[in-house]
Amino acid sequence: MEQLLLLIFLPLVGAVIAAFAGKSAKIVSTVFSVASLGLTLFIACNFIPDASTQFEVNLPWIANLGINFHAGIDGISMLVVLLTNLLIPIIILSSYKHDYKNPAAFYALILFMQAGLLLVFTALDAFLFYIGWEAALIPIYFICAFWGGKDRVRINMKFFVYTIAGSLFMLMGIIYLYLQNPAHNFEISAFYALNLDVAQQGWIFWAFFIAFAIKMPVFPFHTWQPDTYTAAPAQGTMLLSGIMLKMGIYGVIRWLLPIVPAGVQDWSCVAIGLSIIGIVYASLIAFTQKDAKRLVAYSSIGHVGLISAGIFALNQQGMQGAMVQMLSHGINVVGLFFVLDIIFSRVKTNKIEELGGIAKVAPQLAIAFLIIVLGTVALPGTNGFIGEFLLLMGVYNVGIWAAAIAGLTIIFGAVYMLRMYQNVMLGKTNELTITFSDIQGSEKFVLYLICALIIVLGVYPKPLLHLTEASVQHLLEQVNQKLTSVK
Amino acid sequence: MTIEQLIWLVPLLPFLGFVINGLGRKSLSKGLVGIIGSGVILASFIISVVIFFSLQGDTQKAHEVFLFDWISAGALHIPLSFLVDPLSSIMLLIITGIGFLIHLYSTSYMHDDEGFGKFFSYLNLFVFFMLLLVLGSNYIVMFIGWEGVGLCSYLLIGFWYTNSAYASAAKKAFVMNRIGDLGFLLGVFLIFNFFGSLEFSKIFPQAANMLPGNNTLVLITILLFIGACGKSAQLPLFTWLPDAMAGPTPVSALIHAATMVTAGIYMIARSSVLFDLAPLTQHIIAIVGAATALVAAIIALTQTDIKKVLAYSTVSQLGYMFLGLGVGAYTGSFFHVLTHAFFKALLFLGAGSVIHAMHHEQDMRHMGGLRSKLKTTFATMMIGTIAIAGLPPFSGFFSKDEILAHAFQASPVLWGIGVLTAFLTAFYMFRMMFLTFSGKYRGTHHAESHIHESPAAMTLPLVILAVLAAIGGAINFPHIFGGNEWLAHWLTGAGVAQHELDLSHSTELALMGTSVAAAVIALLYAYTKYVKGAHVPVADEAPRSALAKLSYNKFYLDEIYDFIITRPLDILSKFFYRIIDNKFIDGIVNGLGWGTNEASKGLRLLQSGNVGFYLFMMVFGIIALLIYTFSYIL
Amino acid sequence: MENLTTQMAGVPLNHYIYLSAIIFTIGVIGVLTRRNAIVIFMSVELMLNAVNLLLTAFSVHSNDPSGQVFVFFIMALAAAEVAVGLAIIVMVYRNTKSIDINVLNRLKW
Repeated sequence: MEQLLLLIFLPLVGAVIAAFAGKSAKIVSTVFSVASLGLTLFIACNFIPDASTQFEVNLPWIANLGINFHAGIDGISMLVVLLTNLLIPIIILSSYKHDYKNPAAFYALILFMQAGLLLVFTALDAFLFYIGWEAALIPIYFICAFWGGKDRVRINMKFFVYTIAGSLFMLMGIIYLYLQNPAHNFEISAFYALNLDVAQQGWIFWAFFIAFAIKMPVFPFHTWQPDTYTAAPAQGTMLLSGIMLKMGIYGVIRWLLPIVPAGVQDWSCVAIGLSIIGIVYASLIAFTQKDAKRLVAYSSIGHVGLISAGIFALNQQGMQGAMVQMLSHGINVVGLFFVLDIIFSRVKTNKIEELGGIAKVAPQLAIAFLIIVLGTVALPGTNGFIGEFLLLMGVYNVGIWAAAIAGLTIIFGAVYMLRMYQNVMLGKTNELTITFSDIQGSEKFVLYLICALIIVLGVYPKPLLHLTEASVQHLLEQVNQKLTSVK
Repeated sequence: MTIEQLIWLVPLLPFLGFVINGLGRKSLSKGLVGIIGSGVILASFIISVVIFFSLQGDTQKAHEVFLFDWISAGALHIPLSFLVDPLSSIMLLIITGIGFLIHLYSTSYMHDDEGFGKFFSYLNLFVFFMLLLVLGSNYIVMFIGWEGVGLCSYLLIGFWYTNSAYASAAKKAFVMNRIGDLGFLLGVFLIFNFFGSLEFSKIFPQAANMLPGNNTLVLITILLFIGACGKSAQLPLFTWLPDAMAGPTPVSALIHAATMVTAGIYMIARSSVLFDLAPLTQHIIAIVGAATALVAAIIALTQTDIKKVLAYSTVSQLGYMFLGLGVGAYTGSFFHVLTHAFFKALLFLGAGSVIHAMHHEQDMRHMGGLRSKLKTTFATMMIGTIAIAGLPPFSGFFSKDEILAHAFQASPVLWGIGVLTAFLTAFYMFRMMFLTFSGKYRGTHHAESHIHESPAAMTLPLVILAVLAAIGGAINFPHIFGGNEWLAHWLTGAGVAQHELDLSHSTELALMGTSVAAAVIALLYAYTKYVKGAHVPVADEAPRSALAKLSYNKFYLDEIYDFIITRPLDILSKFFYRIIDNKFIDGIVNGLGWGTNEASKGLRLLQSGNVGFYLFMMVFGIIALLIYTFSYIL
Repeated sequence: MENLTTQMAGVPLNHYIYLSAIIFTIGVIGVLTRRNAIVIFMSVELMLNAVNLLLTAFSVHSNDPSGQVFVFFIMALAAAEVAVGLAIIVMVYRNTKSIDINVLNRLKW
């Protein structure tokens, strides 16, 4: 249990130190994030891949209200914790070429956010979960508000109000469950054991679903996302797209499915429908985007739509695919945004039409970018394929038409990604890109690391699948058991 | 050494070549890159030969080699494993054998290109994926190769990526392949649901006990066929292949003629058990194949770019193979894959030799009279042309006639289209030969002085391929000429369905006579028109008759696709973005914010500062609450 | 005391209720219709007293002295309120030379 406490509080300590570290905050945050990664790997190595919750911490917190500091790790949590602690160092490293003003605050906020995210991903107490959920939002708000681009105040306001509005629905749901709970506590196991009727489950479903759908985001709750991704600083975008949206997906898996399975069953066609519409809709919009960052933002909506469709399909393949794809999408999208950040920092634009011919002057960047693009379009042998294949297979069990429409992402993804790649990297070098210098130093390290992850996970995904298999199976059994008992 | 111990080396070696050449593309010398690049393929070829012969002497015809567990989730288990059986062993020979010749050719052809190392690493990678495709023991490993070769095709078509038209052609190829791939993937899902496995060794024995006409099987096979349509350039997805000629010529020979584009035929031959049980799909395949063969042949009639002629000819020949698959001539089609690999690779390499000699001039209107200067190239290409035209005793004759005989048995109409296509094929091929090699030289005087025969590294593959194109028919020498149809027997070991011809010998001979006569007439017509008449195709903008215009402009298929697919999608994209997303959904969201603002603006007017009014509201409120609370009394 | 209680108990509870309701209503109407701050103030006191009366009456009726304890609380509170309220009114008068509440409408949006 000490390991888990250490895991959650290490970034917090790092944040405090970084806040007072002034110029050396960059180094401090790197050290702490790498230490967290090391600790995570240690935990992952000691993790027994069965369905049980391990490294459990259960300390009384606000005893009168039945609130405990209860956290633990099972296979599903392990994967997202791994994702978080893997991506945070990458994101911090990716900022090395930047000279943000007030770096102490910047890096402290990133680490603070990491702590919030870890809390979300390990919490077994609804109250704790909610605290983490909101705690993760605050730093990203400030990161976007202080270091963001054009029009950041308005866009940030929208983002904040949007997500807060969603969270409030969830809070309502949590309080309702708390009141229904005869033991009057926020224990997730007690919530699982609740016996709500179908109508109640329907309401709770929507209260939670809206919160998660906004976070992911699922069509039509997505309009905060392209603006925010475009206006946020590169690292903010990576945090948002790489890790933060996984909070929504994780929330669905951990807090929605097992608590209100009947509600999910009743409304899953709506949820899957929205997800699939989102896939086609967002992919189509990505076709004609002029700003590469916005294009990637829309593509992300499409990919997340597929993940959520796979989850609501409620079968092993879809769920496992969602787990793998969470990690893959995190890695790929961070890679994409990093490449765009590199381009932006060199030529001060992400407008697709103004770029071109970069491959000629920066071949290494071109190779790395291509691998990341291929991962994103789910080429077999890259990490994206494992996830998308399993997800589509999961969706297929809902209906062949659902899979056919969701599968359009395979075609559309290739269209907009290759179009972007062609317009940015291929063609003739123009006067803007002629002075483009190839990646070096930390950029090279980060991009090659990402590429290596893409390929390794694509060729040998077994450890990942193995990590989550038992937990996912257990979760689905729980859901099915509860479903039969309701009827 | 057993097959199990050797097989993994076959794909590994090209992969190593890819890694070494890819990492050392800057540091290694061109000579070394060429040696490594070609050497690994040669080594693979030698191993493939060993495997082939040990398989021949083996009683067990199918060897499954398990490497490691790849994906497993729930009931789904996908191992990365290989299947070595007669079908895949022949494909191994073709891929590595022709692959090696083309690598050898490339060491000379690409010698002056700055991306030499990159080119060889891509080519090695392609061979790796192609080997994976044919070796996969289940549909998913096949799919890795399937998409992997698509990737290499993308990379190699866009090899000269600074030309944005080439880059667009590459993208088009990838996207069109992806359309087919979605069909393939859906078919795979359906297979998994239906058979509970994706392993060939589990699916086919189950299917063998089923009755023909099962609806699920029809759907599965149609979906798989859509996949094949994309990869093997069939109607309506063939338009990427002619554009793919943007790549270097060895690429066109290897990927877009000999190997990758035949992957669809390989896949269907592999799944012939399933297709045999789905007559509806077979009809569709036969019709699509025949239509593709005819349409592409018509387009090839008027093309002036030497590579474009060959590209459309490839599409047309692929259509032929699908026609064969559709009428149940699995062996015939596969036979045609082999012979086509020989003569089409030969023709492309020959064309490359011509282009090389002409300093990257590809327009036949600027060629002519090259026979005396490019003797080897001419001689070998002539053999290839005769083979593709289906004149005996060259290889194309046997494979084509096997398909035609089966087509006749299925439907005389299909046979008619086949013969017509054979006629057109012979015509445009000889047209190409005559325009290029006979008559007077029509290019610039400056270029003429530089024309020279290509070096040995390029002519040697031509000669070897010419020999194969000439005698390749022997591997499935038909009964009617006293042969033993070795290929058909061999493929039975891989479970490829066989259908005996039910035609009398005289009918069979008559059919052969007809198609040979058609080819000869075409040859004579081409000779009179282009050699005797010294006819040269008119310039691009010159007026043409309606049919010629249609052919010259490729039936306007690209324009039609642009009009009915690309542009509506773009408009839809803009509509979604500007109207639905920004105006409607965001409008609602922003409207909520705006509404809150406006409502608060209105509500604050109640704060009038008039104490009397406040008091009144208070009392009013209390009374209202009382009434509400005690409403149950009222 | 004994005497008083019996006397009060002699009057039926209804009458107290009617009386205090009437006084309360007079207070309410006074508050609503008058503009003079002092009169409003007095009306408020009237309402408070109406409630006090009712509390006392019920206290006797149900023989529970806690109602009367409340009355004492309210009276103390009312006294404090009058002190503060009148002080405010005096200050208002000094500043505006008026105790008409409609003059005091500065505190708005």
